[in-house]
Parts: sequence; C-alpha cells; structure tokens
Amino acid sequence: MEIMLRAFGQLTEIIKTNVVALPDGADSDALVQELQKMYPALAAKKYMIAIDKKTISRNTGLAEGSTVALLPPFSGG
Amino acid sequence: MKDKDIYERYNRQIILKGFGVDAQLKLLKAKVLVVGAGGLGCPALQYLVGAGIGTIGIADHDLVTLSNLHRQVLFNTDDVGQPKAQVAATKLRLVNSDVSIVVHNQKLQNNNALDIIAAYDLVLDGTDNFSSRYLINDACVLLKKPLVYGAVSMFEGQVAVFNVAGSNNRGAHYRDLFPVPPKDGEIRNCAEGGVLGMLPGIIGTMQATEVIKLLTGIGSPLTNKLLTYDILTHETYTVELVASSAEHASAPNTTDAFLAMDYVAACTLEETPGLEIDARQFHQLRQQESAVVIDVREFGETPLIKNLEHRQIPMSVFTQHMSSIEPHTILLVCQHGIRSLYAAELLHDEFGTSREVYSLKGGLVKWGAEIDV
Repeated sequence: MEIMLRAFGQLTEIIKTNVVALPDGADSDALVQELQKMYPALAAKKYMIAIDKKTISRNTGLAEGSTVALLPPFSGG
Repeated sequence: MKDKDIYERYNRQIILKGFGVDAQLKLLKAKVLVVGAGGLGCPALQYLVGAGIGTIGIADHDLVTLSNLHRQVLFNTDDVGQPKAQVAATKLRLVNSDVSIVVHNQKLQNNNALDIIAAYDLVLDGTDNFSSRYLINDACVLLKKPLVYGAVSMFEGQVAVFNVAGSNNRGAHYRDLFPVPPKDGEIRNCAEGGVLGMLPGIIGTMQATEVIKLLTGIGSPLTNKLLTYDILTHETYTVELVASSAEHASAPNTTDAFLAMDYVAACTLEETPGLEIDARQFHQLRQQESAVVIDVREFGETPLIKNLEHRQIPMSVFTQHMSSIEPHTILLVCQHGIRSLYAAELLHDEFGTSREVYSLKGGLVKWGAEIDV
C-alpha cells in the first residue's frame, strides 16, 4: 500500500520523497523502519508522528492512502 | 479610565460582531505573562498592549544586540546593550498607558518560575531554547495555566495552545508533543539556521491572537492542536494533539519535583571535557599530519571556507558518513560552534579515545578571519 509523507523543518533535508510503499497491514513502526533504511540520518532525529493529522504516542496501524506527517520540535524565537 | 475613553481607544475591536464591550472588559481585567521579548515576544507585546490587556508581564534577562533588530521590532539601534524587558516596557507604555506593564528582568528558572507565573492568567512562550520551553510548560501544567506556544526554525513556525482542559479530557501540552527534550545543537535555532524577520513576526502575532481568543471566547483557539506555518508557501498544516497519560507523567506533578528538575542538563549534551578549542589551538592541531578539518554546516551556508583545506559533511547526513572519517585528528567547525560540538560528541561516542576530536568553540562567526586566511 502507498503512504503519503509530509516532512517538516530540517527533516525536509533528509526525507526526499512524499510517498512510500509498504506491505498491506503495515504500521507506524514499520514505516519508521523503512524510512530509516532509506534515510539513515533520520535515526538520530526527534520528531512527532501524526497520521491523518492526528498525533500518535504508540505504534498505530496505517491504511492505504494514509498521510503521515513527521514534525520536529522548533526552538527558535 | 473613563467609559468614553474605552469606547474610543478600543472602538475598532469593540464594534466587531461577537466582540463588544463585554469582551473588552474581559481583556482589561486579564493578566498575561510574555516570556521572551524577542522575535516572537515583540510583535505579540505590541498587539496585546494595543488591545488593552489589563496587566502584561515581560520576562527577559537579555540585552538588545545589533543582530536582534531585523526582527525584534520594539528596539532601535540606540537600544543596543540595554535590557530588553526594560526597553520594551518603556516603549509599550507610550502606546497604551492604561496597561499595567510589569518588568521581570530575569531568566525564568525553577526557583522563580512558579512565583512569577502564579500572578498571571495565562502565559505566552516567546523563548528561544528548549530548556526554557520545557520549564515554562511544566510550570504551567503544575499551576494549571493556559500556555500559548510559538516557535520558529528557518522558514517554518509552530503555534499551539497547551493546557486548556476540555469537558472530559486534560489539555495536551508540550510533553505530549515532544516527550523527549532535544539537545541544543540538534535543531538549528535562529542564530544557527537564520530566520527571516517576518516569520517570528507572523508567529508572534498568531500567538497574540490566540491570547485574545482564549480571554474573550471568540473563535476557535488552537487548543489541543499544533499549527505549522511555512513562510515560503504560506501553507499551514494543523494536526490534532492527543494527550497521552504516559507523557503527562513525565512532567513534575508537585512543587518539590518541579524544583528538583534540571532543565538545562536535560537539554544540554553531556559534556565530554576537552572537546572545545580556540583558534590558536585549532592552528596548532591542524599542523599535525593526520589532521582533517570538517565543516558540518549544510551545503550553501555562508561564509564559505576558501583558503583552508577541509571536507564538508553536513549535519543532516553526518551520522551516515562519520564512520568513514579516517584521519586521527578531527577538527570540526560550523557557524557558532554548536552543531560542531554536537558532531564532536557523536564522534567521541563512535571512536572513544582512539581518535582526537575537537570542535572550534564560537565557530566561524567568531574565528572566521583568523582560521581562514
């Protein structure tokens, strides 16, 4: 299945795609693993994951066409 | 203040449908603390003072610098070297003498944050570092004060309203969003990554708008939501924050627990002693046969290093490439010496004492002329 990606902040310098193919039934952990395989630099980054515009705090199932946003913290003011 | 004056001064907002005198009276009774009189705080303060908030506290311990002026719109060139909170208060009193402005010319820390925040109805976070943001968040959670959060990084900004409970849920807060405090250096701040002055102008103004919405009840504040704004496209992306019980537990739940927190350490790299060097040591070490200079800035960042042999391994790909660095002595540089110190810590963790790793303290901004000759 295809998952849409939205990266924000400095993560846009690492993640260069806006769509990822995953096996049917994959969850957010599988997505993170796949992304880290594609982009090893992601492993050292902190970010919040939102699935279809809702943040998650534990491993969560994905569906065909889900949009996953990766939101890093900002400190500047 | 006479009723007639209120009608005249605040006329343009009072006549708004759904606002009226009632909303204005709520503002005139409200007490708002703005932490940080910088890129976010300056525009927020101007609009909040203009709108007639009864009492406004300004907490900032910094002095005005020349590089502040492109975005911190309350300050003039003559103000450089003066305390920000005091200068801001003087200017703002000229805008609206109805507003009682309280200057807190000090850094918010464990031992004063609860006392200062307790005197206000809500807090606007306009700080520029993670340790302050976690401290302010935890103090507001403990005191049950709504917190209007705003932050920027390069071309993007974030706005959220924390700690406003619904009928059957507690309000989400900063630790729900980012449970693990990042270390300074992990994320580029304005001094490291740069910022267009308008971005904190927009985000600070959005924060002030959220304050007015919360106090008067108009509109839909960003409660339990995080809005991200991109100044290059004017696109916004809003996600719903789900408050999780586990994350709540990581915020201190008593005054004693709050006082015992070490926010600076939580957001500071565990320092390995001896990693930082100055320009003189840099030149000495560079003479070694097995030394390499590595610029960890992203491609395109200026000033370029022109006359010094070096490699460039940007932080965004650093962890992928660091194990391939062969020379024994590794000299790391970046803009201000924050990212290069972080890189030095990463290499130190990777290689231990089998290599010599150093970061140029103060970076190219401080030493550029001396090392790149």
